[in-house]
Order: sequence, then C-alpha cells, then structure tokens
Amino acid sequence: MAALEATYQRLRDEFRTRSRIAAEVASGAGLWALVVGFCVWAFLQERDAFVVGVVTGSVFALGAIGLTLIYGVLKFGHFAHGDSMMFAAYLAFFLLGGSIFGQREDIQALPISVSDLPGATHSIWHFSFGYGLLVSMVLAAVLMAALFMGLDRLIYRPLRNRKSGIVIYSIASLGLALAIRSIIFIFWGQGGRFYTGGLRDSVGLPFDIRVLNDQLFILCTALAVAGLVYLLLFRTKLGRAMRAMADNPDLARIAGINTDRIVLWTWAISGALVAIAGVMLALQAQLDPQLGFIVLLPLFAATILGGIGSPQGALVGGLVIGIIQEVTVTLNLDFIREGFPGPGYKFAVAFIVIILILLIRPRGLFGGKA
Amino acid sequence: MRRRLSSVLPVLPALAVTAAIIGMTADQSRDFDSVVTIFISFLTVMAILAVFSLGLNIQWGYTGVFNFGVAGFFLVGAYTTAIMTKPPSDSEFTKYIGGFGEQLDFIPGIAGDQWLIFLFGTAAAAAVCGILAFLVSIPMLRLREDYLAITTIGVAELLRRIVIEEGSLVNGTRGLGGIPHPLSGLVSDADYKYVYLAIALAVLVLTYLAIERGIRSPWGRVLRALREDELTTEASGKNVYAFKTQGFVLGAVIMGIGGSIYAYQTRAISPETFTHFFGTFLIWTMLIVGGSGNNKGAILGAYVIWGFWQATDLIQGYHLPEAIDSRLSYFRDLTLGGLIVLVLLLRPQGLLPEESRVSIWVERRVRHLRGRAARTGPTPPDAPAVPD
Repeated sequence: MAALEATYQRLRDEFRTRSRIAAEVASGAGLWALVVGFCVWAFLQERDAFVVGVVTGSVFALGAIGLTLIYGVLKFGHFAHGDSMMFAAYLAFFLLGGSIFGQREDIQALPISVSDLPGATHSIWHFSFGYGLLVSMVLAAVLMAALFMGLDRLIYRPLRNRKSGIVIYSIASLGLALAIRSIIFIFWGQGGRFYTGGLRDSVGLPFDIRVLNDQLFILCTALAVAGLVYLLLFRTKLGRAMRAMADNPDLARIAGINTDRIVLWTWAISGALVAIAGVMLALQAQLDPQLGFIVLLPLFAATILGGIGSPQGALVGGLVIGIIQEVTVTLNLDFIREGFPGPGYKFAVAFIVIILILLIRPRGLFGGKA
Repeated sequence: MRRRLSSVLPVLPALAVTAAIIGMTADQSRDFDSVVTIFISFLTVMAILAVFSLGLNIQWGYTGVFNFGVAGFFLVGAYTTAIMTKPPSDSEFTKYIGGFGEQLDFIPGIAGDQWLIFLFGTAAAAAVCGILAFLVSIPMLRLREDYLAITTIGVAELLRRIVIEEGSLVNGTRGLGGIPHPLSGLVSDADYKYVYLAIALAVLVLTYLAIERGIRSPWGRVLRALREDELTTEASGKNVYAFKTQGFVLGAVIMGIGGSIYAYQTRAISPETFTHFFGTFLIWTMLIVGGSGNNKGAILGAYVIWGFWQATDLIQGYHLPEAIDSRLSYFRDLTLGGLIVLVLLLRPQGLLPEESRVSIWVERRVRHLRGRAARTGPTPPDAPAVPD
C-alpha cells in the first residue's frame, strides 16, 4: 500500500513538472506566434499604419532599452523615464536654439548656442535638420548621463544604503517625474514646439512604402543604438558585470564586481539613451511637456513584452508595441461603435497589451526569470 | 529635548498652513464671513481627500499593495454616484446612461430624495469600485509587486479615455453637472456649506473608526505581517493572496466612497479632474508626507498638503511678478514632487510614524496590568511583565 502511495506521488510530481514545462514552452511559443502573426498581418493589410508604427515603435524601443537596463540592474520600475525623455528633448532644444521662453529670435537665454556654429542648421541630406541637432543631442546625452548619476548619488544611493523596498524607489521616481515635468513647464511653457520649421521630405521605398526622411533617420538611429547597447552588454567587461549584477547582485559582489560603479554606469548609459530617445520622440511627434507621462505606458509595455532586463527584448517589444498601437487605432470596429477605437485610444492600447502579456506570459518574449 | 521636538513636529506644518490660509484670506478680504467660508470649503475638500488618503493607507500603508491608479477609482466612484442620483438625461446635448435618481426615491413619505438616494449613490460607488479592484487584483496580485503599479496606472488612463471618447456614455469631455445635494432641504443655500462640511467630516470619522477597528484586529495584523514578509506569513498558514485582495478591495471601496462624496460636493464632474496628477499623485503625497501605516498620519497629511495647495492658490491674490504668477501651479507641482522625494530620504516614516503595536487586545491588557500595578504598589516578581 505504501509502495503504491509512493508511486502515485512520484507520478503525480512528474506529471506536474512536465505540465509546467509544457505550459512554459507553449506560452512562449504562443506569444511569439501571436506577435509575429500580428506583425505579418499588419504589414499585409494595414501597410501605412504598420510603417508609422515601426517608426513610433523605434522611439519606444530606445526608451525601453534604458528602462529595461535600470529594471534589470536596479530592480525597480523607473517611473520618471518618460518625463526624463521629454526633459532631455527640451534640453537639446535649449542647447540648439539657446531659447527658453518662446521660439522667437529676440528672446535669447544663451548668448551662444549650437546653431551659431557654421552651417549647423543646413539640412543634412534630405533631413529637416542640420548637424546642430545631432551635436545638441550628444551634449544633452552627456548632461542627462551626468544628471542621472547625480540623482543616483542624491536619491537612490541613500535609499539603497537603507535597504528600502523596491517600491520606495518607484515612489521616489514618481515624485521625480512630477518635479521634472514641472521644470519643463516652468522653463519652456505649455504648447508644442518643433526643432526646425520647414517642409519635411519623404522618400519612396520598396513595397510601395513612403516615409518621411526624418522617420527613416529615427528608425536607423534606434537600430544602431540597440546594436551598440548589445555590443556593450555582450562584448565588454562592463557589460558582463552589468549582466552578472542583473542576474544576482550578491553573487556579483562576492565575485569582486564593484557594484556601486556598475550602478553608476547603468545610470549613465540609461541617461544617454533617454536623451537620444527623447530627441527622437520630439523629432517624430513634437516637443510637448505632456508627452512624457503619456509615453510611459507604452515604454513599460515594451519592457514587459520583451522581458524585463533584456535589451534585445526591449527593441522587439518597442517595435511591436508601436505597430500594435498604430494599427489598432486605424481599425474600424463599427460593430462596437461607429469609428471605434479611433486615435483617442492610442496610448490605452499599450495597457491592454500589458494585461495580455501578464496573463499569458509575465516573463515576456526574451525574459529569463519570471 | 529631542523627544519634545519630535512630538511637536507633526503639528507644526498643520499650524503653518492653517495660519497661512486664515492670514491670507483675512488680509485679502478683511471680512470675517469670507474667512469662514473659505476655511469651511477648505476643510470640506480636505475631509474628502483624507478619505482617499485613508483608502490608500489600507492598500499601501498596511497591505503593501502598490496602487498608482487612485485616479481611476476616484473617477469610477464619482461617475457612478452621478449617474445613480441624477434624473435621467432629457436633452440631446447631455447624454448619459442611468439617471436613477427618481426611481431610487421609492418609499413615499420619508423624503427619500433628501437622503435615501444619496445612500444608494454612495453604496453603488463603493460596490463598483470594489468590483473593479477585485477584477484588477485577480491576475495582478500574484505577480511582482510593481506590475500592479503599472496596471493601475493603465486602468486609470483607460477609464479616463473611455469617458472622453465614448461621448454618449457619461457625456464625454463636457462632464456631468447638476448632481443633487444631500439634505439640501434642511437649510438655505447660504448655510448649506455647514451641512456638507458635517457630512464630509462624518464620513471621514466613520471611515477612520472603521479602519482603526479593522487594523487593530487579528485581520489587520495579518495585513501588516504580509506587508513585511509574505513568505513567513504564508508559512504561518495565512492565505496571503486572499488577504492582499481583501486589503486592495477594501481600500478601493473607501476610494469609491470618497469619489462619491466628492461628486456631491462639487456637483459637476468632468474627466479633467481625474488626471494622474490630481487624482493619484496628490493622494500619494498626502500619505507619504503624513506617514504611511498610520491613519492619523494619513489625515494629517491630507490636511497639510491640501492646506499647502490652498495657500498657493491664495498667494495669487497678491500682485506677484507676471513671470512667477503664470507659473505658480508648476512651482507647486515642483514642490510637491520634491517634497515626496525629500520625505522619503529624510523622514521615511512621515510626520506621524507607524505605531509598532496595533492590537485592541494588547492595549486593553496593558491598561489592565498598569492599573493593577498602580493599585497594589510595586509589582511582585512573578507578575507578568508589562509590555511597552
């Protein structure tokens, strides 16, 4: 009788383990199939929305890579990410034109700015901007990296030393998000702005696609930056240390990794990424203080879809979220309401995606641990 | 000396904002009545926001569940109340579902339009918020704690979008006006503010007493235990998931009540009100500044933060330089955002720290033992020690 019981127990345990593994594999394959299937369908059926989605998505991807790095190494959701992106975009705007309150030439806050460099505002190729914007973006990236490292020293390190729960960091970052947003409002006021006036050229591509040149630039930048981050993480010593720390901070410290330095590097890299993402966001849409909080939801959706802590996941997740968002709002589900869902729901779509992923597979596409 | 400072500290900000509000209104109007009017409206809104702060305190302060979507529950509570108590829509410019106000007054002869329909409105708001929280909690509470934060932000955003986009649901961006006032037949319109202040304070006090009673019971101690350490609580045989759901849903129910009394107070609601900033962030600031895990702290935080808000509004009555005047609300946001970070860094326990002992039973026992010790002189050596 006891032997029978033992056999039953063993079989039951084995069955449970196997069914868990099967569910794991099935959910992963299912999520991939859903994502790939949707993208192929969108490409064939809704090509215009698909293309716009890829461009929006590459902006999300840039933001999500920074977010996922912070998530992976420091283990908390950085709720100030979207507002930091917008702040960096305004910083680049400030460096480029030197103006704070308004766009008019007579209101100058800086006596000299990047656009005073010779030829800085002449358009490169057929883009709408000159090399001045790129210089401003790089300067903004340096400043944002310094700012993030400073904020870590001022805010997050004391919290770390006190061994606060991860949620406390998130609350602090939410407070910071509000402060950053109000600083944008105080210095640059409400209302949308653009880096450059003038017409934007478009270019024809195969498959009957037309995109704005600037959008092509955004996409290429996102891919290039994602490639650089990939190289950094998987081909350098610093990257290996960051991954080790993301995997197990205590083990990393025992192995002789200076975790404090790694944290600073993570902030610096995220800061630079935030600046690039912010400038791309402003180039794609416009400079708008409200936009920072709005993109937060898609950024988190991209991070979760890709798997927290995975930069290649953030890239894929960002692109997919962009496509889903743009394609969904062009659908006309007239049986619910005429013109449903319509553009108003654009950023709420990301929320639905978050819910679905968390229900199907919380680890996301590339995630290791749940 | 240090001890005295820490006992005065919680009161100082409250005194400061009170003095600022009364001082500025007195200086600007030089009229006793308007000082009273402004202070009463301040207290009324403060009491309503304090209800939210108490609801969030159950969720975050006691259960450790992370709700960044207070605005969503605020919105649901207020709109549910509005469509329950308003008369049905009668013009094509204001379209909304429901409008049960007249049906709910179904018992003749008790003046139900003065109080009964409002009880129904509030109960419905509480119920709908509770159901919403339950639905959100099913998938989310089993996952990492910060997933709930993202999800609740999403819920709040989605609900606000639905209200704006689906114009025929609750009148879209135009909002709903003409929500009836409870007990409005008792006094003249001019004196109604006293009645509503009494109602809001009564709701606040009742909520406070109910939560205090719950937290000082074994149920409340399980919540605090699982907030500190889920594994140990689970190992003690408690169903952590069930307790977390209860804490989250109860907090949401209280927020529903808060949204309801807000709707009765303002009489007109629109999606503009329920933004992340006003609906969520302000309440979080109140709780963090006041002291999470302490119900008195939650109320004190509401008083201090809302007082600060009122004071910054009143400053605009003076002739400030145009550059500052037009940006005053952003400076206020900056201060609130900075304040939350500063409090987390310098005084993480908030103005009023959490009590280490919350138990009606232990407190009764301590009082009993102390009383006996006082009566019988020095404690005999075998007597049980009086716990501190």
